[in-house]
Amino acid sequence: MTTSESALPRVAREHRPLRARLAVTLAGYGALALAVCLLAPLVGSTSISLARVFDRSIPFADNVDAQIFFVARLPRVLAGAMVGAALASAGVVLQALLRNPLATPFTLGVSAGSALGAMLAISLGATVTLGPLSSVLASFAGASLAAAIVYGLATRPGRAMSTSVLLLAGVTLNSFFSALILFVQYMADFSEVYLAVRWLMGDLDVGSLGPIAAALPLVLAAFAIFAILPSSLNLLSVGADTAAARGVDVARTQRLAFLSSALATSAAVSLAGPIGFVGIVVPHLVRLMVGADHRIVLPASALFGAAFLVACDLVARTLLAPIEIPVGIVTAVLGGPFFLWLLIRRG
Amino acid sequence: MAAHPKRLILVAALMVATGGLTASGSAGVQVSGTERPAPARIISLVPALTEMLFAIGAGPQVIAVSSYDNFPAEVKALPKVGALLDPDTERILSLRPDLVITYGSQGELESQFARAGIRTFSYRHGGVPIVLETLRALGAATGHAVEADRTAREIQAQLDDIRARVRGRARPRTLLVFDRQPQSLQQMYVSGGVGFLHEMLEIAGGSNVFADVRREAVQPSHELLIVRAPEIILEVRAAGLLAADDVRRERGVWSALGSVPAIRNGRILFLSGDYLVVPGPRVAQATAAFARALHPEAFR
Repeated sequence: MTTSESALPRVAREHRPLRARLAVTLAGYGALALAVCLLAPLVGSTSISLARVFDRSIPFADNVDAQIFFVARLPRVLAGAMVGAALASAGVVLQALLRNPLATPFTLGVSAGSALGAMLAISLGATVTLGPLSSVLASFAGASLAAAIVYGLATRPGRAMSTSVLLLAGVTLNSFFSALILFVQYMADFSEVYLAVRWLMGDLDVGSLGPIAAALPLVLAAFAIFAILPSSLNLLSVGADTAAARGVDVARTQRLAFLSSALATSAAVSLAGPIGFVGIVVPHLVRLMVGADHRIVLPASALFGAAFLVACDLVARTLLAPIEIPVGIVTAVLGGPFFLWLLIRRG
Repeated sequence: MAAHPKRLILVAALMVATGGLTASGSAGVQVSGTERPAPARIISLVPALTEMLFAIGAGPQVIAVSSYDNFPAEVKALPKVGALLDPDTERILSLRPDLVITYGSQGELESQFARAGIRTFSYRHGGVPIVLETLRALGAATGHAVEADRTAREIQAQLDDIRARVRGRARPRTLLVFDRQPQSLQQMYVSGGVGFLHEMLEIAGGSNVFADVRREAVQPSHELLIVRAPEIILEVRAAGLLAADDVRRERGVWSALGSVPAIRNGRILFLSGDYLVVPGPRVAQATAAFARALHPEAFR
């Protein structure tokens, strides 16, 4: 009784500053994400005229600027924003769930499962007979399978998940699936190996809004769950016992955290391949800037992740134009040193 | 895993693998050990060079080939001893060859053979002149210099004939696609301004829209495809990679980029055949196929 009585006023006291901080943070990061997303479609290897893009008097088929804007750039920017937000948020949630700063959306084997699915679709020729969507579906199936295995291993009815089992099962499954991926690649033809290796580097040039629309419901569902998690994650990241003592349904929170991050990761990887580094570097960058409160870190990471990936893709498609750098290389090359610099400066 | 000829895919992959590294002038041929009797037991790990061996009359000396070889028909009966990434060294040694034809990136393998006292003929893909140069070098190395020179001259004459036929005609801006994810415009590999496909296209009277990119393979984004606005899209694939049904479906994929002249005018051309993507003695035949596609009126 005494704890709850003393806790109540404290929460109430923190309530107003939190709201204010949240508003300021969201406004700041939101403005950043919006600015990047508005700027990115205007910049590219070619300069286009916005007036011409929206000039209705020119038929769409004749309007090169409009085609570049709507077919080439807009889908890329939207895919980048969605994937960046999904991976960064999944990173935040998993780092809290596993209480491990090294956790990434790919730690739990989801990306390797997803990659295996895509590799199989590419090398068995499913993309030839069933179309490119088959690799998206196969990749999502692989991700779900991996998530289901890890979940099954780490969950006991009515009990909290074992985070160490979760972590070890994920890491083991990653290695296992990676070996299968290598096997599939080794057995495949050269041309397919090339397509497969390229897939692993990540690519946001999806070419239409179709694939984005297909992934959107999954990402929205994941974010709907993310929205109810932050307060429980705050307590969970201190420790499962502390969280339970404060009235958190630990088992339920863990399951929701796991399922939502697996869902977001699966959707992101199926759409754009396993783009590395966003899921680990963005959450830490954001924490260095706004502190550790998940009520702020989670939305800020989603917005910053979106801005970060869209910006990286902008670099990827303009730096060496007409040669394009796979975006997964850019995220690591830009994100790594920046993160280290911030780490040293703070240290 | 899918059942289609692997050999040409090897070539396409090699082009990608060596992209940017093998400019046409720098690609070369090196024979280790000279002034010895003509080899009687040749193993070829490079399909394009296997074709050359048979074209210059050295076929009877060939005792084994790579796992990607399937042309000419004679090679089907020969033992297969691995390829670029997985040469079966033991098997090769046990066949007691006196000349092994290797790819330039197989340096470790070459030094192994050198230690075993086996001559190697090291090759890297380059432009069309490299094909002719390699033919002659191979002739010299296998005791078929005269036939090799004759074959090279024939190829040169055929290429000159193609050049003459298309001379003075408008050179359509052409996108030469040699691989992409089926039913998608993603993960596309097209010819840049270096290498045998680019040179074949230029001889055939086309103007490569990526001629300015000094690489063998370019991976264009949707944006680049729109901006480069080719007048003709020429897709080439190894036999078996593109059936007639596929062509109709694959042609439809392009409709997403309606402003590109080739797409608006329906000038998306598909060529399928093993010979199209092998820098071997059939290079003139392949160039002629390109030229017929780009300039049908020149061949009436």
